[in-house]
Amino acid sequence: MTETTWQQWAITITTFLPIAGAIVVLFVPKEQDRMIRGLGVVTTALAFCGAIAIAIGFDYDRSGELQFVKDVSWIPVIGARYHVGIDGISMPLFVLTFLLGLLCAIYTWRYVPPPGRTKAFVALTLLLITGMAGTFIAFDLILFFVFWELVLVPMYFLIGVWGSANRQYASIKFFLYTLFGSVFMLLGFLALYFSGPTDPVTGKHTFDLLQITTFGAGGGFTHTFQLIVFGAIALGFAVKVPMWPFHTWLPDAHTEAPTIGSVLLAGIMLKMGTYGFVRIALPVLPEGAVAYAPWIGALAAIAIVYAALACLAQKDLKRLIAFSSVGHMGFVMLGIATLTTIGIQAAIFGMVAHGVITGMLFFLVGSIYDRYHTREISEIGGGMSELMPKMAGIFAFVAIASLGLPGLAGFIGEFMSLLSSFSPAAVLNVGLYRTFMVVGGIGTILTAGYFLWMLQRVNQGEAPLKWKEHGFRDILAVEWVSWLPLLTLTLLLGIVPSIILETTKNGVDLIVHQVLG
Amino acid sequence: MPIDHHALLPVEIVSATILLVLVVDLFLPARAKEASMWVGLVGILAALGAVVSLIGGGERTVFGGAYVVDAFTLIFQGFFLATAVAVLLISYRYLRDGGFYQGEYYFLLLTSFLGCVLMPASRNLLMLFLALELVSAPGFLMAAFRKSDIKGNEGGLKFFIIGVLSTAVMLYGMSLIYGLTSSLELHAIANGLSTLQGPHETLAKVAILFVVVGFAFKVSAVPFQFWAPDTYEGAPVPVAAFLGVASSAAGFAGLLQLMFVAFVGQASFWAPIFAVLSVLTMTLGNLVALRQRQTVRLLAYSGIAQSGYILLPFALVSADAAVNQRAFQATVSYILIYAVMNIGAFAVATAVAERRPSLQIEDFAGLARISPLLAIAMTAFMVSLAGVPPTGGFWGKLAIFAVAIERGGVGPWLAAVMVVNSVISVAYYFSIPRAMIFDEADEDEARVATPALIGVVAGLALLAVVAIFILPNAIYRLGELSALAFG
Repeated sequence: MTETTWQQWAITITTFLPIAGAIVVLFVPKEQDRMIRGLGVVTTALAFCGAIAIAIGFDYDRSGELQFVKDVSWIPVIGARYHVGIDGISMPLFVLTFLLGLLCAIYTWRYVPPPGRTKAFVALTLLLITGMAGTFIAFDLILFFVFWELVLVPMYFLIGVWGSANRQYASIKFFLYTLFGSVFMLLGFLALYFSGPTDPVTGKHTFDLLQITTFGAGGGFTHTFQLIVFGAIALGFAVKVPMWPFHTWLPDAHTEAPTIGSVLLAGIMLKMGTYGFVRIALPVLPEGAVAYAPWIGALAAIAIVYAALACLAQKDLKRLIAFSSVGHMGFVMLGIATLTTIGIQAAIFGMVAHGVITGMLFFLVGSIYDRYHTREISEIGGGMSELMPKMAGIFAFVAIASLGLPGLAGFIGEFMSLLSSFSPAAVLNVGLYRTFMVVGGIGTILTAGYFLWMLQRVNQGEAPLKWKEHGFRDILAVEWVSWLPLLTLTLLLGIVPSIILETTKNGVDLIVHQVLG
Repeated sequence: MPIDHHALLPVEIVSATILLVLVVDLFLPARAKEASMWVGLVGILAALGAVVSLIGGGERTVFGGAYVVDAFTLIFQGFFLATAVAVLLISYRYLRDGGFYQGEYYFLLLTSFLGCVLMPASRNLLMLFLALELVSAPGFLMAAFRKSDIKGNEGGLKFFIIGVLSTAVMLYGMSLIYGLTSSLELHAIANGLSTLQGPHETLAKVAILFVVVGFAFKVSAVPFQFWAPDTYEGAPVPVAAFLGVASSAAGFAGLLQLMFVAFVGQASFWAPIFAVLSVLTMTLGNLVALRQRQTVRLLAYSGIAQSGYILLPFALVSADAAVNQRAFQATVSYILIYAVMNIGAFAVATAVAERRPSLQIEDFAGLARISPLLAIAMTAFMVSLAGVPPTGGFWGKLAIFAVAIERGGVGPWLAAVMVVNSVISVAYYFSIPRAMIFDEADEDEARVATPALIGVVAGLALLAVVAIFILPNAIYRLGELSALAFG
């Protein structure tokens, strides 16, 4: 099938639009504050339209195949190519990236956190969006790695400049942790390159992910090689997810980051790690995957319970939400560790649902902080439903979605993840996975516990007198605009999960087939 | 045999410029001494033109094989001359406003660069020695150019003593090699060494070590590194830039020819030594850099660490010619990329030194507001030195990682050490952007205009760092071309 010009360039245009916007922003004088913010909104809106157009033009019958492909030579000396494309697995994450990007830009229209410097703030956000989106559509290992690392520098500055009190510590910790993991991943990629397939004509090695996947899934790598390299690559992904015990950067980074930084961190950036497992680590190194799966499952089960217990102990509202991410990503990783279609489907659904719900929670926490100027739960002191009924209502709605109430987006992913660990892939130890399932099940109860307790302490009760006298404005128009899409999705994904599951199914089937043969 | 003057043209033009600068200075009035810079600049640009004119002309040999013009030579000569342009430009205001002897300075600087330009073309021990000394000797004087500053004197003296000592050892090693192989020419030495046996072979190994010492000093590898921080700090900032960029690159250019051509047959003996040198150099450089509060000292330790990275491909040399070629290629690519970001960092440091001569890291506070362009550029250079996208430094590291993994054996372990070191380095490289962007200056300072010439250098280096990131193939191709020359 011949592809039209649009099909060849759609992904490139959409992905790099934010960077183009960032460059334009740099040339706007900084006194033109409104114009800079406007440019941010316009650029992300255009990019979002591009992503929607790709989603509409996508052939869902062939969702297991790569579409909108552009594959040209980039660094001929080492054989790295500019190879981008999109399939059913990438699609939801790609669209979600631009959706959250747009919503963050809209949110920025009203509010740039201190110390201002709107120009740098908008430019860095745009750069960040390109990096995140690129990760999901890169099909060359070097290109993937470049996009992967591209997010580090902007996020470092977003946290370090616009974060709250402890921002400097949080930002460098975030940077060092993720860099540490990812450089080992890079060494792993190089090992794949040199041990991987060669071009039959030129005899050159390749970084092309499709070729390496075919080679690896076909048993091209030796067992020992797979064990070592899976370890190196998984380290990079595991830090990003973050899997327990590599998670300690996350509470600091999420808590200190400005609102939209937290939204993008939780909403998209964590998914880069889980996506990496699904897209690269599993199919390329199937024997490694089978060998490591029980360990990943165990760490995931620990993460679920650990995060829930940690959440119960938090006094800071934002830190609580941050820790809840560790638990939710635990469910995602548990699904992946089962190496089944249901499990990986659950994982991808969980990624999207978590992006929508936790992104929304961070928006809410940001807005609550805007009004109270504190994040301490005890200082807020309850009674939000009295002071800001709409805000409190939405807060309750999203928190309940996050704890996994059936009918809302959070439920499907967690339920399917537990379901899949009841009957993991045949090569894995069923008893062990059922233990994980039980542990995860206990985790869901604890999760419900801390979310409800949080709602009780924030929403219910008598509002402290000082807040009553102070008085708050309930949800503003700009907040409605940036939140409504997420609220709608929370409901929609809960009722019609098939929009995600049907899109990803073919791709996931293929990966499971590649892993288990 | 007639001498091929076209092949020698770059060297001849630089030599003529040196003499011209010396003479012109005599006739310049005291208030216009800085005009020497422009004379030097024109000469260097002319030499650059001569290098360009040699491109595509095939290999040329002069002086019976002692001086060879091939792709390696041209790439490095072009690189050194471009560096010379940058160092001249950032020297201009610093020297003029600092009350230095300007004519003498430009004379010495250009003489050092003459050594640099000779180095890559030198394919015999005597020429290599001459080139190395030509780089070093004026350097001793320039390092102590801040006469009234006790640190400058100390740094210069240290540099001189260690330099002379290591040169003496190297010369002794060279004489041993000449005695063993009765040749000074690199290929002939390789042949001669391969036939040695018994005690002569042992003696050859000792001689190789002695020769390496001279170059290890030049590139500030452990344990010959400790002059670097004191010397850099004491020297005028542009001189530190010269030492950090050109002088160490010249050392590597010579070392590449020696190890990959003359001594390659003995690699199984010296490659493990280089592995140890490389690991120690990068680790020590990075760990000590963590504690530095003075920018130029920090850059000196960063330079030591970077030398450790560049030494890594030497440790990968083996009997496998294809991998050797790739190691060579990675080294050249790394040196080129490293130089761009390093010269940029020194350019920004020179600009800041005008306002805050002490150059503590705190002196960068608030630079993002005071001179946004300098701050953006410096941030890019630091990110690049750390080897993180979106900057060119990443591709330099990647080239070394790649060849290390390809080599197998000890390679992946060395790569792992380098990876850990790279992560550590982020902690100190980021201290400067942190000061510039996160902190505010003590007193409220108005925006300061960047000196135009430094702005040009920093701007070009910034463009280059970003351009290399987007299109790394050009640099890799240069590495490949230079490696083809010796293969």
